[in-house]
Amino acid sequence: MHNQEFFLNALIYLGAAVVSVPIAKKLGLGSVLGYLLAGIIIGPFVLRLVGNEAGEVMHFAEFGVVLMLFIIGLELEPKLLWKMRRNIFGLGGLQVLITAGIITGVALLFNFQLNRAVAIGLILALSSTAIVLQTLSEKGLMRNIAGRSAFSVLLFQDMAVIPILALLPLIATLGTPATLSDTSMKSIGQVAQLPGWLQLLIIIGAIVVLVIIGRFAARHIFRLVAETGLHEVFVALALLMVIGIALGMDAIGLSPALGTFIAGVVLADSEYRHELETTIDPFKGLLLGLFFISVGAGINFNLLIENPWVIIGFVLLLIFIKFVVLLILGRIFRLKKGFEFLFAFLLAQASEFAFVLISFSKQNKLFDDKTSGMLLLVVTLSMAISPLLLIFNDKAVSPILARWQNKLEYDEIEEEETPVILAGFGRFGLTVGRILLANGFKVTILDNNPSNVETLRKYGFKLYFGDITRPTMLEKAGIEKARMLILSMAEHENALKVAEIVHKKYPHVKILARANDIFHVFEYLNLNITNTERENFHSAAELGSKALVELGFSKYEAYRAARMFKHHESQVTEELYRHWLEDQGKFIQETRRFEEQVKETLQAEKNYSIHETDCAWDVDSLKDEAQKEE
Amino acid sequence: MKKILILFAHPAFQKSLINKTLMEAIKDLKSVTINNLYEKYPDFFMDIPAEQKLLTEHDIIIWHHPFYWYSAPAIIKEWMDLVLQHGFAYGTHGRALEGKWAMSCISTGGRKEVYSAEGKNRYTINEFLAPFIQSANLCRMKNLPPFVVHGSHTLNKDDIKKYAEDYRKVIKMLRDNEIDSEKLNTMEYMNEIIEHNA
Repeated sequence: MHNQEFFLNALIYLGAAVVSVPIAKKLGLGSVLGYLLAGIIIGPFVLRLVGNEAGEVMHFAEFGVVLMLFIIGLELEPKLLWKMRRNIFGLGGLQVLITAGIITGVALLFNFQLNRAVAIGLILALSSTAIVLQTLSEKGLMRNIAGRSAFSVLLFQDMAVIPILALLPLIATLGTPATLSDTSMKSIGQVAQLPGWLQLLIIIGAIVVLVIIGRFAARHIFRLVAETGLHEVFVALALLMVIGIALGMDAIGLSPALGTFIAGVVLADSEYRHELETTIDPFKGLLLGLFFISVGAGINFNLLIENPWVIIGFVLLLIFIKFVVLLILGRIFRLKKGFEFLFAFLLAQASEFAFVLISFSKQNKLFDDKTSGMLLLVVTLSMAISPLLLIFNDKAVSPILARWQNKLEYDEIEEEETPVILAGFGRFGLTVGRILLANGFKVTILDNNPSNVETLRKYGFKLYFGDITRPTMLEKAGIEKARMLILSMAEHENALKVAEIVHKKYPHVKILARANDIFHVFEYLNLNITNTERENFHSAAELGSKALVELGFSKYEAYRAARMFKHHESQVTEELYRHWLEDQGKFIQETRRFEEQVKETLQAEKNYSIHETDCAWDVDSLKDEAQKEE
Repeated sequence: MKKILILFAHPAFQKSLINKTLMEAIKDLKSVTINNLYEKYPDFFMDIPAEQKLLTEHDIIIWHHPFYWYSAPAIIKEWMDLVLQHGFAYGTHGRALEGKWAMSCISTGGRKEVYSAEGKNRYTINEFLAPFIQSANLCRMKNLPPFVVHGSHTLNKDDIKKYAEDYRKVIKMLRDNEIDSEKLNTMEYMNEIIEHNA
């Protein structure tokens, strides 16, 4: 590749990404779909800006998946991984086996030979690590039950790639004409030619070496490099390490993604974890984007136009089979409250590993050109559709499910007169609730996060899974008889909506609310709700006072200073509220919200002097007078 | 009509019977302002300018509190420390309180007999109140004798009611300027101004 050509290509790919991803995100489609669309647009069937090298680019960009798994490994401590073992092997194993089995059966119905049918089943049973993980982290679902389960399945699939790669040549020889070619074997490394037990031994040995190096040697090397103070050397080292592991794993026939994942887990509790994460992250992002673009560019529209209905039929069939298997497994593994749908939609596409596996099978003469072309197209289209599936889940399935669950699965609230309703029992509400309960008040606690509800129940809290924004929920929670409603949930817009309804319909109920920032305080003030508390103000002021102590203030002096500041802040808030009432337009530009707040606060600050109280303890004026008298 | 400011302090108001009854008895009186310090400043952080403004707006200042450790609950002391500033309440230029009246209203568990040289508390109530009396003095204020509820642990409901009625009468007399200033000099407690106590 000539330099100029390289830069031209870079220009095209980066340009496409920069234009399409923000648009896709603005439309609520997510970045993956944005990249895919960008790829289709610059691809050979629309603008023809990129041609056949898209395949090469894809191979290169697949390294983004490797980097992504490294980063995910960094975020997963071994303890956590151990906890997930049931999901990884149970859920993951069953998913791969059952899906592969059913797809094999369907392939047999379409008159494929048994060995080819099995190969197709195995290849299509896998799901796309790149798409799913990108979506999970973008939507903040990594900690959600469905997200965690999806990740477990993907992890198992990553491991499954190795035996599948080993199996495919064997399968090829079982059937008719295909012969094993030596060249294809070489592509998965020398080790694959060794006997099975030796191969296993080498793999285990490699992992042990990896763990030992990661545990004992890596941190010394990182320290040495970090001490040079040259950041780019650290970047180089980090990349060197990941690339080295990837190549090493590849050489012994292990998936590079799995290898770097293990390396990530090993380094998860090292002191360089965050630095590694921030170093690798941009590379990962760019490469993954590149990967998605090349997938989009690689869609063979010619083949699609030739027999559109067959292809679309296959794509839908594939997604349907995977979806149903996942849904049922999700149920069996007790994914509750609609999470099994999210889980199933997340993983219903085919995997990027399929690209490798299909071309590998082709080399092994398992598929002819036509079959592999069709398969590739089906895989690509299923990947392209999968972000749409999630949007479908968000917009259509979830709401229906939510409505349907109202009757069935939201908890029934026991009829009892409680003076206090507390909505939102997370980080913030937990403290509010504990104070009330500790003082003997009966509180009806609602939370819309089922895993949170489950955990807290284990600790003996009585709380209900439910969504306070639905009017029926308010009634069931006993709003008619309640004295007080505390809105401690994080979702401000929802809280405000509830406040408005309650303010209007149940004026006797006192409302207390958590505010995110000063503007939320204002919005509540507009409803005459004065009992609000900014979620971070007091703790920040406390930390400020601790800082004052460390800077030499006495504890009491620091306490008074922080207390004075809080008092001052409440006066500033009043002033700003008057401002805000006069001139709402200025504040409303959401994106500049924080900036505006800081600016306005500091403006108002000019008129105050914080240090004028506590004068009575200042004896200067007394001294002056005493000296004058003498 | 004089304006009266009650500086009330009881850290466990919900548990008090006597002080609650006394407060109930006067809270509807015109020209009387009740300044409930523990309610207003639960963390002792006081709005000093606001407190000083209240003082200047009234003619008679009453410290009303249970008699803890021969003195007042802590917030009264905090109030004195912070609000009675040099240059405001005392000192060459501190004349904001000049000519106003000061009084204490206290409740105490001990009967009157124990507050004497021979009793187990060894000093009289007025001797114990010296810091308040002298503080008022330094602020160029005039002192009134204290209104005292003795034996608070053994009073029955009727006794308490009686005290509350008397307190109301005293406050009204002060407000309406009906106190005979000659009589003031002869009284140990303000309670005596009501006929049946004399």
